[in-house]
Amino acid sequence: MERLKTHRNDAILIAVLLALGGALVLFLWFTRQDGGIVRVQVDGETVKELPLSEDTRLMLGEGGRANTLVIEDGTAKVAAADCPDQICVNHGAIRYDGESIVCLPHKLVVTVEGGAESGVDGTT
Amino acid sequence: MKAEKVAQYGLLTALALVLSWLESLLPPLGVPGVKLGLPNLAIVFALYRLGFRDACVISLVRVVLVTLLFGNGAALAYSIAGAALSLSLMGLLKKTGKFSSVGVSVAGGVAHNAGQILVAMALLETVRLAWYLPVLWISGTVAGVLIGIVSGVLVKRVPEQK
Repeated sequence: MERLKTHRNDAILIAVLLALGGALVLFLWFTRQDGGIVRVQVDGETVKELPLSEDTRLMLGEGGRANTLVIEDGTAKVAAADCPDQICVNHGAIRYDGESIVCLPHKLVVTVEGGAESGVDGTT
Repeated sequence: MKAEKVAQYGLLTALALVLSWLESLLPPLGVPGVKLGLPNLAIVFALYRLGFRDACVISLVRVVLVTLLFGNGAALAYSIAGAALSLSLMGLLKKTGKFSSVGVSVAGGVAHNAGQILVAMALLETVRLAWYLPVLWISGTVAGVLIGIVSGVLVKRVPEQK
């Protein structure tokens, strides 16, 4: 009897958590917008802002703390990095407003934001 | 400290460490931070067998050792935040007596991921990381269920030393 009760509580907890997660996903999915610019932040400070519409290849930082940012076809990705975990490289390309790639070891954040081109400037 | 306790501490810490290493060998699952949380097997086991305080000690030692061995200083803050939030919640849920190891571990998995994201958001001074939250939220739930089932079996089957 006691066992059944804990199992029911487990199921309720899991259902609630999944529902909350699902709600979060849906919310972000339906409010997403194509971004206009790519903001590059190091240590919380913006060091570069680039338009997503222009293909660019850019080396950020120096040896030992270097990431190569590539913008092409309206998406941005980190093509190479000399950080130990390579998480930023494995992350893949981003294109929607609010999406970001993070390289924790180098304290680098690459974020796509709405820009003049997306026509929703000022909402972020 | 009794000799048995020293041995148990050492054994579980070593186990958690090996599981961390094993997990680092698995291929990345697409999104950074999405993982099974294998070391949590040892932590949940410790929580049930030894108690909250002992589980905290083992978890802390694991995090520090893993950082020294495989990680870097920056990662320590994220790891400790995740582990602390996760263990506090697991300890709390276990104490209510209303959940099995599955429910406890699920809460721990979600809390672990949420804690890491929150600290990363604070340290990198960006709220943009919120994008990761739903993915890590759901993966934490799923991983928590798996870990909870396995550690439940372990707690039941592994004979108690006395």
